[in-house]
Amino acid sequence: MDALLHYFTQPQNYLPLIFILVIVAVLPLLAGYVVLMERKIMADMQARLGPMRVGPHGLLQPLADAVKLLIKEDIIPEEADKVVFLLAPLISVTAAMTAYAAIPFGPGFQIAEMNIGILFILAVSSMGIFGIVLAGWASNNHYSLLGALRGAAQVVSYEVAAGLAVVTAVLLAGTLSTRQLVMAQISEQTGTGYWFIFLAPVAFFIFVVASVAETNRAPFDLPEAESELVAGYMTEYSGFRWSIFFLAEYAAMIVVASLATILFLGGWSRPFANTRVFDFMDYAPPVLLGGFGLYCLYRLLKQPAAWQKLVMLIFGGILLLLAAAVALPLTGLQLGSVSVAGWKPAIHGGFWFVAKVVAYLYFFMWIRFTFPRYRFDQLMRLGWHFLIPVSLVNIFAVAGGLIIHRQQQVGLEVAMFFATLVTLAAALLFAWLAERRPPAHAVENEF
Amino acid sequence: MLLDQIIFFIFAAIALAGAVLVVTSRNAIHSAIWLITSLLATAGIYLLLRAEFLFAVQIILYVGGIMVLFIFVIMLVNLDVAIRQIQFNRQTSVALVLALAVGGLLPLAHYFLGREITLPPPHVAELGPNTEAVGQALFARYMVPFEIASVLLLVAMIGAVVMAKRRV
Amino acid sequence: MNVPTHWFVFLSMALFTIGVIGVLTRRNVIVILMSIELILNAVNINLVAFSRHFSQVDGQIFAIFIIADAAAEAAVGLGIIIAFFKNRETVLADEMDLLKW
Repeated sequence: MDALLHYFTQPQNYLPLIFILVIVAVLPLLAGYVVLMERKIMADMQARLGPMRVGPHGLLQPLADAVKLLIKEDIIPEEADKVVFLLAPLISVTAAMTAYAAIPFGPGFQIAEMNIGILFILAVSSMGIFGIVLAGWASNNHYSLLGALRGAAQVVSYEVAAGLAVVTAVLLAGTLSTRQLVMAQISEQTGTGYWFIFLAPVAFFIFVVASVAETNRAPFDLPEAESELVAGYMTEYSGFRWSIFFLAEYAAMIVVASLATILFLGGWSRPFANTRVFDFMDYAPPVLLGGFGLYCLYRLLKQPAAWQKLVMLIFGGILLLLAAAVALPLTGLQLGSVSVAGWKPAIHGGFWFVAKVVAYLYFFMWIRFTFPRYRFDQLMRLGWHFLIPVSLVNIFAVAGGLIIHRQQQVGLEVAMFFATLVTLAAALLFAWLAERRPPAHAVENEF
Repeated sequence: MLLDQIIFFIFAAIALAGAVLVVTSRNAIHSAIWLITSLLATAGIYLLLRAEFLFAVQIILYVGGIMVLFIFVIMLVNLDVAIRQIQFNRQTSVALVLALAVGGLLPLAHYFLGREITLPPPHVAELGPNTEAVGQALFARYMVPFEIASVLLLVAMIGAVVMAKRRV
Repeated sequence: MNVPTHWFVFLSMALFTIGVIGVLTRRNVIVILMSIELILNAVNINLVAFSRHFSQVDGQIFAIFIIADAAAEAAVGLGIIIAFFKNRETVLADEMDLLKW
């Protein structure tokens, strides 16, 4: 017992526990606000306003939704397998949340520094399939089972393509550790110094498409299509259980966005981190956050009711506090013996990471409201006939480019440029081959 | 040190309990879920044995691939009738006695001969990062088995596709 | 070597025995296949324990090949079960007893 106590009072052992508590506590709230963000963006793209009524500009909508879902009646179908019915949402949300253990939000802000970080995230994300499949089976409902089997087949197919795209980025960095992957993109000394999206754009494209399909988002959302399968595998779930699935879906979205940020978008580094000319971008975080905070305070004056003014004041206050926190390292203050400027990589790193994740999520929502839904056989054809061959060719091309760079002393950018050209040629070939067949009829044995 | 042993006991208990429940569950889906639990506990044991790459491979391939395949097939062939039938066949008692006899040989041998027959002393060397070591060995010394394994997987893929096709 | 290697060998033997009991005792063919996976898993634990004992990576390589082989075998086996089920509507091993119908 003394040994355990001694073990847990060391900072490297209790800090991860605190991080875990923060993530588990903050994530549902964050997912709620991502839902609000999605509804507002959907409204904006459809030329309307979205939720405006609940709080000022709909800012309290997530809280209202949470309360509503909590007080709804909990219905379990009579013939359903009760234990599996209860277990399925838990598997989904556990798989989505455990992946946060390997994601670095900043230099040193990581729950667990593993040297197989990327493999760990892939492994844990692949556990989410069981949530879908067991939910569909346990509902004792044909439509749920159909949606679940479709969803699982889709996730498995696109997981292969996503994994192969991840392998490309891992090849360029030479390591599986998430922290080392980001460090490889930041500076010349520790790696290539370029964001991998510039060195392997085809891999980034494949990863984006595969991640949209893996999280069952439109245009690949046939398993949960509202117009075809009621709600797919989530049909029989109501109230709080459904909100657990919902939370799992948005948490998984944030996980793949974080994964793309780490692998391709440079993690926590500022755009153009190595160029002195662009140092003015260091002032972008406080300006942005301060601007939003001041806009909140400006809208406060236009709110009719006092409680709405209070809500806007709280939001504006939080944003201004964040702006101050972000601006702090830029001043040259000395707090006792600690130089505040030393905190800049951590605080600004966190800001840029979150900014890139938000941009990626915006892109997710943008494609959701732009493209029509894929039919299931088109979806599987895209995954197996196009994405997987292209990602395999991409791995060969990038590996070949790396060998040429190392042995023939060709510059890395030149080698990767030619690798990208080879992959694009192969992609055109595969696309032409896929289009050449007669249009696929719906197969009668298909499920 | 004590923590290692506690973790070993926890994972071993989960693995054994899961295995027993796989064999005795009436419902095939429950058996599959218990097998998943047992496989996850085994992955934990790999992590305890410092085999990190194998831990990840076990979860991605075994749990995320093979067990999904099992669950798909169970859902396709699930018969409500099968749950109500007898689950154990006629040779159950003989099988139990024989299996326990064979399985009990090892603890018996350890109990009676444990003083004379021991394992060679452990070779304590630091292996370096596990993934690199596995990759080096796999692509250098074990290249031929690697290629044969890939041919095996190709053959299995073709076999599965042929069997799943409709009668052409 | 905080956990003695022979503990892992005992665990592996126990899992192996349970798997063998499952193969010999159950009627449902899919559960038999799952017990075979248990057996392969038990062997894997044994291999990795000895790989740790001698500080070599060879045991883990062997375990990776066994996992790949288990995947291939599960795929083909389940394909056979599905094909048989389409023909005879049963998954009980007792009823798969005619070579030709």
